Amino acid sequence: MSIDKKTVEDVAHLARIELGAEELKKLSGQLEHILAFIDKLSSLNTENIAPTSHILPISNVLREDEPKSSLPIEKTLKNAPEKQGNFFVVPKVIE
Amino acid sequence: MELYKLTAHELLEKIQKNETTSEQIVSDLTKRIKGIDAKVQAYVRAFSSTLLAPGSKSNGIPVSIKDNICTDGYNTECCSKILAGFNPPYNATVINKIIASGNSFLGIKCNMDEFAFGSSTENSCFGPTHNPWNLECVPGGSSGGSAAAVAADEAIWALGSDTGGSIRQPASFCGVVGLKPTYGRVSRFGLIAFASSLDQIGPLTKDVEDAAVLMNIISGYDPQDSTSINTPVPDYTKALINDVKGIKVGIPKEYFVEGLDPEVKRIIEEAINKLKALGAQFKEVSLPHSEYAVPVYYIIATAEASSNLARFDGVQYGLRAKAQGLIDMYKKTRSLGFGDEAKRRILLGTFALSHGYYDAYYLRALKVRTLIKQDFDNVFKDLDCIITPTSPTPAFKIGEKVDDPLKMYLSDIYTISVNLAGIPAISVPCGLTKEGLPVGLQILSRHLNEEMLFRLAYTYEQNTEWHKMKPKL
Repeated sequence: MSIDKKTVEDVAHLARIELGAEELKKLSGQLEHILAFIDKLSSLNTENIAPTSHILPISNVLREDEPKSSLPIEKTLKNAPEKQGNFFVVPKVIE
Repeated sequence: MELYKLTAHELLEKIQKNETTSEQIVSDLTKRIKGIDAKVQAYVRAFSSTLLAPGSKSNGIPVSIKDNICTDGYNTECCSKILAGFNPPYNATVINKIIASGNSFLGIKCNMDEFAFGSSTENSCFGPTHNPWNLECVPGGSSGGSAAAVAADEAIWALGSDTGGSIRQPASFCGVVGLKPTYGRVSRFGLIAFASSLDQIGPLTKDVEDAAVLMNIISGYDPQDSTSINTPVPDYTKALINDVKGIKVGIPKEYFVEGLDPEVKRIIEEAINKLKALGAQFKEVSLPHSEYAVPVYYIIATAEASSNLARFDGVQYGLRAKAQGLIDMYKKTRSLGFGDEAKRRILLGTFALSHGYYDAYYLRALKVRTLIKQDFDNVFKDLDCIITPTSPTPAFKIGEKVDDPLKMYLSDIYTISVNLAGIPAISVPCGLTKEGLPVGLQILSRHLNEEMLFRLAYTYEQNTEWHKMKPKL
């Protein structure tokens, strides 16, 4: 399977990354090269193999639903690029 | 005094005997860093007056920390422009454990590839670290700053993180000890995530004993990391046994093929012969799916990374670009803040997870991961450990592989399977090439059997002199 410029542009939009024309050209070539290498996987028969998304046999790790202290608001907000009161400020979403 | 040359366990003994103090060690180390780091560039950002972080009044030894492990009040930026100025509001669990053990950590952090994406530390927004053994060479990566700092005696001991070899490969390139623990052995809470199913924090040290001491400090269950393992932590220093008689070791034939540098091969064979002479029993084994490890890794790791790095959007921390509207702000911030390799990996991962490609790439990779894990399960049925080279080559030149990402990815060919299978592995120095570059021996064992790694590595170390070699700087 190969990847064309249009696909890279679509994927970049999904990933919220903007690419210049030069960058798009360079990245498309590199990704195609990498994917050609990855295509080696298609030679394996994986029909009856279970997927491993996590290596440990642990699932549904639960804890008691008890109130605990959390970070103070001033610490939570200290790295905010823009803030107002107890809130993060973002550009207006609804016109 | 040149206390910075000593190992942590030697220094701890000196402190106990009242022969030195933490203050003296820190002052000595400060002088060393100031004297040498302009050459090596193992540490990043301005050298602050607050070299030492909380816990400095303790009676312990400072640990140097990779720039992706959160330190409360001390910038942690993953060597990425997108996290410029990020000052964590809390400590990673490993940092709290270091403080609780009576030790301390340095407020300046170790260089790394941006978000741990790389094998050479050249992908740092602060520029590359130089290998102390040859300043024109890379230190390996992504924990290149941690490895170089330990090798250059600019750190007593250090922490790195390993997703596909990022502790072991730089340890090999810099001639130090590096351990990737079993997945889940060390809490990942406060480690800025790259690939959550593969990442582990681990030690980079001057000798095997220090690695055991540091593992005693950082290991253990953490309710804040739901993937950490809730089983007791043994005293790893008890596994420092100078005896390998009867230990069964496998040599995977797939690791000794084309692409392995002949000099590295010769040095690894000498190390194997040394262990044979000490009584270990060797046999050839097969890990038939080894050749698929790199392609599987670059699907799984990039898919997880693309998801993890979605949080860097200019809203809560780090960089925010000027823009018109929200989506534009996300796009401009991310385009400006991420370096080339980060963009490549985010795009590759997003592609592998996207509609129409998910089954062919991501799901297939997860299935092949099962096969790779089964390979290890099979051979460990009648083996105690496996020995391989850590890296197919010694350190390469700065700039040599930056334009060919695939070539760079292949430098992790011997380390990646370990992360996919979640097993522990250690790299120990085992020789120098004719050009004076270190070579590392990698030892692998089954889940939670770090003790076997320590036993073999310790025996090898006690019967050789490689760990005592120091670069001339």
